[in-house]
Amino acid sequence: MALLRHTPTEIKERKALTINPAKTCQPIGAMYAALGIHGCLPHSHGSQGCCAYHRSTLTRHYKEPISAATSSFTEGASVFGGQANLIQAINNIFTVYEPEAIAVHTTCLSETIGDDLNQIFDKAQKTGKVPEGKTCLGAPTPSYVGSHVTGFSNMVKAMAQLAEPTGKKNHKVNVIPGWVEPADMGEIKRLAQMVGVDITLFPDTDGVLNAPLTGEYKMFPEGGVTIKELKGCGDAMGTLALGEWCSADAARWLDAKCKVPCTVLDMPFGLAATDRFIDVLRTVAGVTVPDSVAFERGQLVDMISDMHQYFYGKRVAIWGDPDQLISMCEFLVSLDMQPVYVVTGTPGKKFEARIKEICADKPFEVKVKAKGDMFLMHQWIKNEPVDLLIGNTYGKYIARDEDIPLLRWGFPILDRQGHQYFPTVGYKGGLRLLEKILTLLLDRKDRDDPETRFELVL
Amino acid sequence: MAKTKKVVQLMPTDIKEELLKKYPPKVARKRAQQIMINEATESEAPPEILANVRTIPGIITMRGCTYAGCKGVIMGPTRDIVNITHGPIGCGFYSWLTRRNQTDAGTDGENYMPYCFSTDMQDQDIIFGGEKKLAAAIQEAYDLFHPKGICIFATCPVGLIGDDIHAVAKKMKAKFGDCNVFAFSCEGYKGVSQSAGHHIANNQVFSHLVGENETPKEGKYKINLLGEYNIGGDGFEIDRILKKCGITNISTFSGNSTYDQFASAQHADLNTVMCHRSINYVADMLETKYGIPWIKVNFIGAKSTAKSLRKIAEYFADQELIDRVEAVIAEEMPDVDAVAADVRQRTEGKTAMLFVGGSRAHHYQDLFAEMGMKTLSAGYEFAHRDDYEGREVLPNLTVDADSRNIEEIEVEADEKLYSPRKTEAEYKALEEAGFKFKHYEGMNDQMDKGTLVIDDLNQYEADKLVELLKPDIFCAGIKEKFSIQKLGIPMKQLHSYDSGGPYAGFKGAINFYKEIDRLVSSKVWSYMKAPWQESPELTATFVWE
Repeated sequence: MALLRHTPTEIKERKALTINPAKTCQPIGAMYAALGIHGCLPHSHGSQGCCAYHRSTLTRHYKEPISAATSSFTEGASVFGGQANLIQAINNIFTVYEPEAIAVHTTCLSETIGDDLNQIFDKAQKTGKVPEGKTCLGAPTPSYVGSHVTGFSNMVKAMAQLAEPTGKKNHKVNVIPGWVEPADMGEIKRLAQMVGVDITLFPDTDGVLNAPLTGEYKMFPEGGVTIKELKGCGDAMGTLALGEWCSADAARWLDAKCKVPCTVLDMPFGLAATDRFIDVLRTVAGVTVPDSVAFERGQLVDMISDMHQYFYGKRVAIWGDPDQLISMCEFLVSLDMQPVYVVTGTPGKKFEARIKEICADKPFEVKVKAKGDMFLMHQWIKNEPVDLLIGNTYGKYIARDEDIPLLRWGFPILDRQGHQYFPTVGYKGGLRLLEKILTLLLDRKDRDDPETRFELVL
Repeated sequence: MAKTKKVVQLMPTDIKEELLKKYPPKVARKRAQQIMINEATESEAPPEILANVRTIPGIITMRGCTYAGCKGVIMGPTRDIVNITHGPIGCGFYSWLTRRNQTDAGTDGENYMPYCFSTDMQDQDIIFGGEKKLAAAIQEAYDLFHPKGICIFATCPVGLIGDDIHAVAKKMKAKFGDCNVFAFSCEGYKGVSQSAGHHIANNQVFSHLVGENETPKEGKYKINLLGEYNIGGDGFEIDRILKKCGITNISTFSGNSTYDQFASAQHADLNTVMCHRSINYVADMLETKYGIPWIKVNFIGAKSTAKSLRKIAEYFADQELIDRVEAVIAEEMPDVDAVAADVRQRTEGKTAMLFVGGSRAHHYQDLFAEMGMKTLSAGYEFAHRDDYEGREVLPNLTVDADSRNIEEIEVEADEKLYSPRKTEAEYKALEEAGFKFKHYEGMNDQMDKGTLVIDDLNQYEADKLVELLKPDIFCAGIKEKFSIQKLGIPMKQLHSYDSGGPYAGFKGAINFYKEIDRLVSSKVWSYMKAPWQESPELTATFVWE
């Protein structure tokens, strides 16, 4: 019997009930972004359950310690305001854990009662709770607006707002990678180095959430963008924002306030998006792309040509975050695959139009929904099945019920490991995606083919 | 570092001092009352521990919130009730399938546990109120699934904006007629930990569900199992054993539970309490209202399981059951003993620390004892003083601002359904023979003198404790797992387990022995340093050789 046995085939419009969401709330995104600052302790301003839930989910996904503090509201703070709790927390955090910075994000609780982070920071500063040279930054992340992606974006913007432009360019390029895996951030740094561009990557969880096991615990591992680097991002030659939803706000702020020109690109998943990333990076920095990059690119093209026969015409259902979905859909279409169902829980008007544009004039019709949920997507699949699912771990229930292979990709992945170590961005990441997809499809074929069609050579 | 033991033995007082050293004075004063050097039972008046008090802001706590206790822990493992979270999307999302509560949907096939239902409140709902959206969501859930019951859970902003979820639930229940709808005011900020949420959940289940089904249940020896959540299939193993003994489990609160189980709980003749913290008050209410007495049991550990089965048989005082229980124990124990004997060669004398939820830090010490392992330090995440010091401290518990806002419901004997399960004389005879009703000695009693009992341990203290005492294994939850393991010490999750289970009952004990053996015997922890880090001396040769 099916696990999601109560999901009917008949689709009725729902106005009030979300079932099996394809998103979660803002603060977890802010927490993840803050972990990409060196020496920074994220802090959740609200009741302690939010912090516990966010830490648990991030821990389960990244398999790494996620240290974050909370204002531990009880009823009193909810009535009288959270200022006393946050000031006490700031004092305790700097005394006990000695971070370089505290990155505070709000919750639906502290937003609803109207706590003003900047005013509280000001008070903490004036009452001597913030030691010399230490930083408090903060982002409003009400859970009833947007999604975890919005929270990530808001904290990244708060990071950009630390910029202290000196008026003298530092010959670096800011790259805002968006919500990708630590390994993806590492890969972006490697590509930039190959191209020969000095970048400030923020946030940067590479080395923080894929840290080595050495017998020593460091609450603040080696990785992360430093506060000093963030202060310098107002002096950059330009900013590349990878992903409209995750990264554009911060980049546009730097453009408007610090006159650092920005380009908003797609996340570099797949061939074309990676090409655009490299091309814009070299243009902004004024450098020539070395042959080694073209060599890697050629390897990806080679693999696409070898595998095309297996991918051609395959129908795919995909859900997750807008920036990731856009690049992935473009990649799938470039392989002649058919992303027929595309769902995100994150709102945003441009999303549906962009996906439709990517799939326009192709031999299939795409069903796309922003502010959708996985219940709806499952209903679509029940009505007309697909060959492959691409999305987070929650898709495994659909995969089992409908007997469809699932590529675990996105957030959160709770039941498989390695995603924090193996990038899926860039040309190398593209190779990995292709290999994973092909293995899923051919494993399925080997399992299902009748004896007569079971062959050694495929 | 992992395997190097401290040569100098630290005194408990030194350790306590070390844990407190870095705190600001006010924080240190409070934490000092929550860290207790255990005196076991030797002292006439053992020191009190400060528990169930607010977590200090900014101190990285292991605790969750009231919503997590209510929706996640208590109502999560109930399969045929549609649980709708009223709030922004996060709370519903994070409590979606994350506690490893297993379920068997049975022949009726009703199972909503793989689903996450939420009103996904948006800013306009916060500004204009969310009651209309909630009513519409309940209607949509009813139209789609026609479940027996729909439960509503309030998140933080719902309490602030004043949505009357109970009125909405009442209205919808009246409208449907064939679906029980009720709500929980379990906003995250209520109380100081998950414990408040357990209380709110249990009270509502008791008020709106228990006693609804008056059709008698078959069975010679009928019990309820309270405070068992079927994490990793624990409840399945306990049910297997009970069934083998001929004991009928009417309802489990609330592992793999159903609407009908709760509704029929009053038909049992004995309540057995696993997790004292999460549910002792329900046992009291069932006794007052229906006349069902309760005893504390523990199915974690093979010896504890045998002891608990014997206790149940003793209560029913029927030779047939007593013989059957003995036969089951005799049949199950050889397999357990064989694995224990094998594992013990590697685990004997090793040390553990346990900082888990409401009773697990206590219960699991039995399993470690069976492997010859010593518990150096333990404590609870959301306990009250009675969980440490035993139920005799109940009259002395102080009610503060945070515990006062958790509803206590008044219960009286049910005019129709109350019936004493035994005569006064029978109860007296049992008690005189040493049988203890309503008894729980608490965790401290079991622990050695000089061990450290710590309430609401936090990440800083956990890491410090591990550095100072270097246990062979540390047990806590997922948030703690990887910071402990970075220190080179294996960490076993005991809230939601890592991947294993069941750990309850006889087969569970075998699983646990093997799992702990794997963890403490693994070579992984010896790989921390590369050869060139272990012996960095350089040797060189002359180039002209």
